[in-house]
Amino acid sequence: MIFWKLFYTFCKIGIFNFGGGYAMIALIQNEMVEKQAWMTTQEFTDIVAVSQMTPGPIGINVATYAGYTAVVNAGYDAWWGVLGAFLASFSVILLPFLFLLILFRFLLKHKDNKDLNNIFSSLRIAILGLIAAAALLLATPDNFGSFSESPVRFGVSIAIFLIVFLLSLKKKASPILLILLSGVVGGIVYGFC
Amino acid sequence: MAGYLELFWSFFKIGSFTLGGGFAMIPLMEKELVQKKQWLSKEEFLDILSLSQAMPGIFAVNMATCIGYRLRKITGATVSVLGNILMPILTIILLAMFFQYFRDNTIISHIFMGIRPCVVALIAAPVFTLAKNAGLCWQNCWIPLLSAALIWLFGVSPITIILIAGVGGFLYGRIKDRKEAEI
Repeated sequence: MIFWKLFYTFCKIGIFNFGGGYAMIALIQNEMVEKQAWMTTQEFTDIVAVSQMTPGPIGINVATYAGYTAVVNAGYDAWWGVLGAFLASFSVILLPFLFLLILFRFLLKHKDNKDLNNIFSSLRIAILGLIAAAALLLATPDNFGSFSESPVRFGVSIAIFLIVFLLSLKKKASPILLILLSGVVGGIVYGFC
Repeated sequence: MAGYLELFWSFFKIGSFTLGGGFAMIPLMEKELVQKKQWLSKEEFLDILSLSQAMPGIFAVNMATCIGYRLRKITGATVSVLGNILMPILTIILLAMFFQYFRDNTIISHIFMGIRPCVVALIAAPVFTLAKNAGLCWQNCWIPLLSAALIWLFGVSPITIILIAGVGGFLYGRIKDRKEAEI
């Protein structure tokens, strides 16, 4: 049953989520798109776009939206989708929440523990690979178009990718602004040619 | 003493009015909880901040959990987390229902065709911005390269990578300590 699987999957994503929102995007992408095939690459990319533009932690937003989409794609109607949305966001916070409540005092006292610090510094490095893999897995013809089918769309996609990449790397441009501008470019370019 | 309703309201404001993810909430949290309400000292706030970053889970939710617990135990943690995520969840649900019906609209589909490559770039860029903070250098750059290749080309689960990296970091630290002790 999808609800049970959704609960289990998001519990797992929650407790293995180290290193912020982008690492979590990598985990959700892998579980939802690659493993369970609950949604397409395109749908997932759209979810990330919307999640970055609305208020709140990106992890919560992506989990909520992915929960909704997975249930609706499984053939249920929108209200079951709403249940899936709540279930996914509940599950994703459940284990870290319990973990922190139980260990709060202990962790605060031992936050300079050598073993813990070694584990976390190693995780921080490995997570770079996780995020890179998520970006590579999302760089598909679904998202960029293909050169043989439509050279124009492919060219525009590559241009948007490079410009956004450079602007966010060098100028630390706001992701919301970049998404809005890319949307405007898409609307104009594809609307008129 | 922080009342439950007050706690809920503070985190509701923090969760509802910050665009740009959890880390964008830090200044707002500090202003509301440390300066305005004076529920925590600056040092306590910074301790909880570094703990929330290191522990598994969503950073902003971890902050709400720890601060809520520190002020009013389990009920405090629960109302703080609920306050923090309520508005974001409702916003997403409304948008999800909206887009379900308008996804096939020509204009919206054109807009999203422009947005998708942008999203991929926004996921690729943090790999490089986070690299400096993570302490990436020539000696350890094989770790992210190998992890990315295993996930991308061989379908290895990111969770497996996290487990191996965690155990690896632990063992590496222990072995380094022992070697230093011998010298």
